[in-house]
Amino acid sequence: MLRSGIIAKKMGMTRLFMEDGKQIPVTVLQLDKLQVVAKRTAETDGYTAVQLGAGTAKVKRTSQAMRGHFAAAKVEPKRKIAEFRVAPENMIEVGEEITANHYFEGQFVDVSGTSIGKGFQGAMKRHNFGGLRATHGVSVSHRSHGSTGQCQDPGKVFKGKKMAGHMGAAKITTQNLQVVRTDADRGLIMVKGAVPGSKGGWVTVKDAVKKPTPENVIYPAGLKSLDEEAKRLAAEAAAAAAAEEEAATKAAAEAEQAALEAAENEAPAAEAAEGGESDES
Amino acid sequence: MNLIAQLEAEQIAALGKDLPDFKAGDTIRVGYKVTEGTRSRVQNYEGVCIARKNGKGIAGSFTVRKISFGEGVERVFPLHSTNIDSIIVVRRGRVRRAKLYYLRSRRGKSARIIEQTNYRPAGQENA
Repeated sequence: MLRSGIIAKKMGMTRLFMEDGKQIPVTVLQLDKLQVVAKRTAETDGYTAVQLGAGTAKVKRTSQAMRGHFAAAKVEPKRKIAEFRVAPENMIEVGEEITANHYFEGQFVDVSGTSIGKGFQGAMKRHNFGGLRATHGVSVSHRSHGSTGQCQDPGKVFKGKKMAGHMGAAKITTQNLQVVRTDADRGLIMVKGAVPGSKGGWVTVKDAVKKPTPENVIYPAGLKSLDEEAKRLAAEAAAAAAAEEEAATKAAAEAEQAALEAAENEAPAAEAAEGGESDES
Repeated sequence: MNLIAQLEAEQIAALGKDLPDFKAGDTIRVGYKVTEGTRSRVQNYEGVCIARKNGKGIAGSFTVRKISFGEGVERVFPLHSTNIDSIIVVRRGRVRRAKLYYLRSRRGKSARIIEQTNYRPAGQENA
């Protein structure tokens, strides 16, 4: 079942030392006020999706149209907006906040982002071409590409020929990155390995498409309201357990008291019996 | 402090390692946990620290060089590795470089390092 992804901010990379001596390079992704801004439904739009917004934008730098859009959803203006296709049953209500509990440790995810721009680059760097020889008569063009086609027939360079040109600043998806750690309090997700883009850039994270969907993912999403509900239930359960325990201790105390009293009642009787025995002897 | 630095500081605190004060030129003994099959033991590796990299941060590492059976051996240890059981400073050396890569091209007498006799721990210099 298709569920929503998340928008996260790339904070940077670090390493984690594990108990078994392994060290894991991780990218830290942060969820910053990630909320549902709009819904797309089959009736109105012909497909089902949720529109998420993340970060905070200044109101005066938000266009009037977007201000209206955010106002309709009753959320603060967002810095970054993205849509995620979801199954109709995994629709999330507008205004709900998604937390880092959306993913669990060990899960595989796909991370998309805009790669770092490299500008105009030659064929060697851009397409890993080999370049020309250092000697044997090659002059000036050691890093050039070689031939780009045939002869008078076809008499043109085919479209899509790999040549020098603009490199980077394109949408890149890195697949099957493992979630190493999550921190719901600070909204952090640590994934193993590198993620496209520079620090401070926005990325989108989705469940890995090339892995079977894990059984313990949360549907429709790891929501703050669900977390709070769970916390409330846990608190209630704890309170109930505490009350029960108190009642049990009270009951035990009462029973003990009763037993003591009973023993006290029995004692004179026993003494009396003993007295009778002594009299007899 | 930015988030990454904060996370790293937290991790260093959580690892709770008591690292001795040592620098390039010091002879140190590293107790390294080695797992053979199911059981693990601590293997000592003693030699001259010829370089320290990336400071005291989580990415910090140090290189230890020793001559083993006439062959120079160098090992790089991550400073905060959970595999490191202990680091003991055996001898303080007096050197004038931060990286002692010149030792690689030297053998025997010329590869010696003078012992530093007036060593004072870094924190107590002002006292």
